[in-house]
Amino acid sequence: MGILLNILYFIAFIVASMAAGWLFRAVVIAVFPGRIAKEMRTAPLTASFGLFMILLYIIVAVFAPWIAPFPETEIVGREFQPWDSDNWLGTDALGRDMLTRMIYGARNTVGIAFATTTLAFVMGAILGLLAATVGGWMDQSLSRSVDVLMAIPSLIFSLLLLTIFGTSVLTLIIVIAIIDSTRVFRLARSVSVTIVVMDYIEAAKLRGEGRWHLITREILPNALAPLVAEFGLRFCFVFLAISALSFLGLGIQPPTADWGSMVKENATLITFGDITPLLPAGAIALLTVSVNFVVDWQLHRASGLKE
Amino acid sequence: MSDQFSDKDVLLTVKGLKIEGRADESWMPIVNGVDLTLRKGEVLGLIGESGAGKSTVGLAAMGFTRDGCRISDGEILFDGIDLRHAGTKVLRDLKGKRIAYVAQSAAASFNPSHKLMDQYCEGPVQHGVMGRTEAESDAVDLYRRMQLPDPESIGFRYPHQVSGGQLQRAMTAMAMSCRPDLIIFDEPTTALDVTTQIEVLAAIRDIVEQFDTAAIYITHDLAVVAQMADRIKVLLKGDEVEEADTRTMLAAPQEEYTKSLWAVRSYTRAEQPPVAKGTTPVVSVRNVTAGYGAVDVLMDVSFDIHQRRTVAVVGESGSGKSTVARVITGLLPPRRGEILFDGKALPPDYRRRTRDQLRQAQMIYQMADTALNPKLKIRELIGRPAQMYLGLQGKALTERIRQLLDLIELEPDEYIDRLPSELSGGQKQRIGIARALAAEPKFIICDEVTSALDQLVAEGILKLLDKLQTEFDLAYMFITHDLATVKAIADEVVVMKEGKVVEQGPKSEMFQPPHDPYTELLLSSVPEMDPDWLTDLLQERAAKAG
Amino acid sequence: MSHIWSMIAQRLALGLLTLFIVSVLIFLATELLPGDFAEEILGQSATPETVAAIRRELGLDQPMVIRYVQWLGGAVQGDFGNSLANRRPVAELISTRLGNTLFLALYAAAIAVPLSLALGILVALFRNSAFDRIANASALTAISFPEFFVAYILILWFAGAGGYFPSLSTLRGDPDLLEKLYRSFLPALTLTLVVTAHMMRMTRAAIINLLASPYIEMARLKGMNPMRVIVKHALPNALAPIINVIAINLAYLITGVVVVEVVFVYPGLGQLMVDSVASRDMPVVQAVALIFAAAYVLLNLAADVLSTLSNPRLIHRR
Repeated sequence: MGILLNILYFIAFIVASMAAGWLFRAVVIAVFPGRIAKEMRTAPLTASFGLFMILLYIIVAVFAPWIAPFPETEIVGREFQPWDSDNWLGTDALGRDMLTRMIYGARNTVGIAFATTTLAFVMGAILGLLAATVGGWMDQSLSRSVDVLMAIPSLIFSLLLLTIFGTSVLTLIIVIAIIDSTRVFRLARSVSVTIVVMDYIEAAKLRGEGRWHLITREILPNALAPLVAEFGLRFCFVFLAISALSFLGLGIQPPTADWGSMVKENATLITFGDITPLLPAGAIALLTVSVNFVVDWQLHRASGLKE
Repeated sequence: MSDQFSDKDVLLTVKGLKIEGRADESWMPIVNGVDLTLRKGEVLGLIGESGAGKSTVGLAAMGFTRDGCRISDGEILFDGIDLRHAGTKVLRDLKGKRIAYVAQSAAASFNPSHKLMDQYCEGPVQHGVMGRTEAESDAVDLYRRMQLPDPESIGFRYPHQVSGGQLQRAMTAMAMSCRPDLIIFDEPTTALDVTTQIEVLAAIRDIVEQFDTAAIYITHDLAVVAQMADRIKVLLKGDEVEEADTRTMLAAPQEEYTKSLWAVRSYTRAEQPPVAKGTTPVVSVRNVTAGYGAVDVLMDVSFDIHQRRTVAVVGESGSGKSTVARVITGLLPPRRGEILFDGKALPPDYRRRTRDQLRQAQMIYQMADTALNPKLKIRELIGRPAQMYLGLQGKALTERIRQLLDLIELEPDEYIDRLPSELSGGQKQRIGIARALAAEPKFIICDEVTSALDQLVAEGILKLLDKLQTEFDLAYMFITHDLATVKAIADEVVVMKEGKVVEQGPKSEMFQPPHDPYTELLLSSVPEMDPDWLTDLLQERAAKAG
Repeated sequence: MSHIWSMIAQRLALGLLTLFIVSVLIFLATELLPGDFAEEILGQSATPETVAAIRRELGLDQPMVIRYVQWLGGAVQGDFGNSLANRRPVAELISTRLGNTLFLALYAAAIAVPLSLALGILVALFRNSAFDRIANASALTAISFPEFFVAYILILWFAGAGGYFPSLSTLRGDPDLLEKLYRSFLPALTLTLVVTAHMMRMTRAAIINLLASPYIEMARLKGMNPMRVIVKHALPNALAPIINVIAINLAYLITGVVVVEVVFVYPGLGQLMVDSVASRDMPVVQAVALIFAAAYVLLNLAADVLSTLSNPRLIHRR
C-alpha cells in the first residue's frame, strides 16, 4: 500500500509541475509580448517548468535573509523536532530550523556552484578558443595536458586534491573549477575547430585580420550557442559534484548551511521513514532537473528539424 | 500524345499531386498539383532548378515523403495500387521490389558498414524474390553488364574501397536486383566528373533498355536528360511548366521559362584581343611545385594572368586546380617556384605579405554559405575590407557600402542590414563579389563560383563579373570543372590533370583541334543538347578503339 | 591488417604513457603537502622519535626521484606501503575491498548495459512518440538526481520498516553469492538507474544522428522494415559512439561508486578512500587513486581499440 500511495503522490507531483509550467508559460507570454513571447511559445511544458523553478531558486537565494524565519545558524529547539507551526519542517541534528537552513542552502550551495562553473567556463573557453585559433604547439601542449588531467576520474581527482589542500570554500571552488575546465576546454576547442576551417575564417586571415578580431568577431559569435548550452550542463555537473563532496563531508563545511551536508547530518531519520532529510536532496535534484530541461529544449532548437 | 501505347500499358499515373513541407510551425507548399503518366518501359525526364520539387515528386512516385513533408492532395496509382492510401506493409513490399531508387551520391547512399554484395542481396532476399546464392550470382552478372571491373570480386569490397563512378553503377545494379518495373534515378551523375559521367550514363541507358524498365530520370542538366529520356517534363517551383517528347522539347520549347533554360548555354562574352608582347602580367605563376606532407599535388606549374583578362584553370577533381589558388594566396607556400605580382616576387606565406599585397589579390569562394560569416550583417561583411584597407569610417563607409551594393545590383536600403541567412544563393554569391571588390583589388580568384548555383542564376553572376572586369580593369583567375563556364567567360585556358598543366593557350585555340589527348577526352565528354550525342560518341570511341 | 596492429600498438603505448604521467601526478601529490605532514598526522602525540619514524616511513629523507621509483616499483608488485592511520599494509586494506567494488560495478553493469541498449534502440525506433518523450524526460530526471537522493528514495521505499531489502550492505560474515547479490541489490539498483539513463540517451542520440544519412533513406526506399533499418543499417555505424558511452559509464561505475558505497556502508574502495581523505592517510589515498585511474585509463583504451575495430574504413583499406 505504501508504495502505491507513493506512486500516487508522485503522479500528483508531476501533474502539479506541468500545471505550474503551463501557467508560467501563459503568464510570460501575456506579460512580455514580442520576442520573449515568441521564444516561450516553442518551449515544451518541461522547459517552462524548468525556467519557472530556476527563477524561483534565484529569488530565494537572493532574498534568503528576508524570507528565512530564523538566522542561519541559530539553535531554536531540541534536535530532530517533528514538523510543527513554529518550525515548519522541524529541526535538524543540532536543533536548528530546517526551513531556514534550506533557504540559506539555496544561497550557499547554488552560489558556490555558480561561481565555480563561471570560473571553469572562463578558463576552459578562453584556452579552448586559443588552442583552436593558434593551433600548432599551443594546441598540442594544451590538448595533451587536458588529456592527462581527464585520465583521472574527476571525483577521485578532487578527493586527492582536497586531501592536499584541505577543505575550505576557496580551495573547493578552485579545485572543482580546474577539473571541470578541462571538459569546457574540450568542447570549446572542438566547436571552434569546426568553425576555424570555414571559408569565412580563411577569408578573414587572408584579409590580414589579427587574432583578437578573429576570435571575438568571427569565431565567438558562431560558437556562442553551443557554449551557452554547455554552461547549463556544466553547472549541473559542478552542482552535483559539490553536493556529493559535501555529502561525503569533504565539501562545504559546517556551520554553513548546505544541502549536501544537510542530507548527511540528518540521514539517520530516513531509516525511521521520516522524509525530512530528503528535502535538501530533493532541492538539489529539482534544480538540476530544471536546468537540464531548459538546456534540452535549447539543444533541441539548435539542432533544428533533425527529427 | 502518340497512340502506340494502349491504356493497359500505363504503369504509373499521378494526378493533381500536392506536397507540403513543414517550416516554422506551418505547412508550406512544395509541389502544387503535378500530373504525370508513365508507361511500361518508358523513360521520363523530370527537369528543373533547385526548389522545383523534382526529387520530391520522384520520391512521391514511390509513395514516400521525406521527414517533415506530407502529401496533401492528389492521387498516385502504380499498376492499379493507390499508393497514397495503401498500408505501410503494401508500400514496403513495393519499395525495392517493384519500384527502386538510385540516389544522387552513391558514396553516401551505400551503408559504409556493409559490403556491396550484402547490400545488393538484402533486397532480393528480404523481399523473397530469390535466395542468397542465386542473388550473388545474379549480382555478378549485373556487375558485368554494368561494365564494372572485376565483376566477380567487386561485390566483396566495402563502399569506401570503390571509386565514385563505379559505386554509382553498383547502385544501379542494386536497384535492378529485383527486376523492378520502375526505377527512380535522382541526379545519379551530378556528383561525378564529366569523363566518369559518360561511362555511368551509357551503363544506365543500356541496362534500362535491356530489361525494358520504366524510369523517372531526375536532373537539372538538360544535355544529360536529352540522352536518357523519351519524354521530358519541366518543373518550376513545384508547378509543371510543360511536357513533350524529347526531340520536340529540344527543337521547339513552348514556354518562356523553358526557352530561357535553353538559352543559358549560348552565353559567350566578346573575346579580348591578345595581350601585347612584353606587358608585365598582373600575376605570374612560375614553376610552382607544392604539396601536403610528402605528396606533391602540383608539379612545375607556370602560367600568367594579365590585366583585364580571364584565365580559366580547368580540371577534374584531384587535378590540383584549387591548390594553385592556395599557393597564389599564400595559404600553401610552394616547395619550389614563386608567385610574381606586377613582376615582383610575393612572400610565399600570406602572413609575411604586407597589407597592400593582401588587398591586391582577393578571392571569391564556391560555397557562399561557408564563405560569409552567418552572424555578421551585410554592412559589416562588405564594410570590413573597406574599413581595414582604405580607412573608411562612419558616413564615408556607409556610402561606400551602398555603392558596392549598387554595383552588385542589390537594393542598398533593403539589404544593408540583412544577415546572410536572409539571402538567396545567388544573392550570397553577389555579397562575396562585393566583399572582394571592397578591397579595390587588381586581381580576383574565382573558385568554382557558379557550380553551386542554378544555371540561370549562374549566368547572372558570370555577366556581373564580366561587367565588373571591364569597369575596374580586373584580372580574373577562374577555377572550374565546367567547360560551359570556360566557353562563356575565359580568354585563356589552362588544362590541368594530376597536378600538371596538360595544355594552355587562348580559348579560340583550345576549342579547335588538334588537342592534347586528355583535353580531347575532356571536351568530347561534355554532354550536348543533341539527343543522339551519346550514341554517336560511343560509336565514335568504339570505332577509334577497335 | 598490419596497419591496424601498429595503430593499436600506438594506442597502447599512448595509454601506458598516460598512466605513467598520472602516476607521477599522484605521487607528486605527497610532495605538495603543506607544512610538516608527519607532525600534523601525529598531532599531540608527536615526539621527535615518532616524527622521524614517520618521515622515514614516507621516505621523506631521500631524494624525490628515488622515492618515486621505489613507490612505483612497489605499487606494480602490489606493495603500497603502510597506512598511516592504523599502520597496516595498504595492500591488505585494499585487496578485499577492490573485489567488493568490482563486484558491485559488474553487478550494476550486467543489468544496465543490456537494458540501456535495448531501451535506446526502442526509443530511437519510436522517436517523437509519447513513449519517447516520457522515456526522455525520465532519463533526464534520473541523470539530474544526486546519487544519494536516488539511494535514499530506494531505501525509503524498499528497505524501511518491513522492507524487502536491507538498507545496509555490510557483507559481514562472508555471505555466499546469492546472499551477496541480495544484500547489495539496492546499491546496484541505484547505480543502474543513474547509469542506464545516461547510456540510453546517448544510444538514442547516436542512432538518431545517423537517421538523416542518405544510406538510411536508401534502406527505407529498399522497403526494409523500421526495425531492420535501425538494427542492421544504423546500429553498425553508431557502434563507435556507443562503445565510448559504455566505456565512460563503466569507468563511472568503478569510480563513481564512492557516494553509493558510503550511503549503503558497502565495504568497497570508495568508502576506504573517503575515510582516508578525512584522516589524510596519504599512502591509502594514493593507492586507491592509482587503482581508479588505472581502471579508467584501461577502459578508455579498450573503448578506443574496439571502436577502431568497428570501423570498416580503418580495417579494410583501399
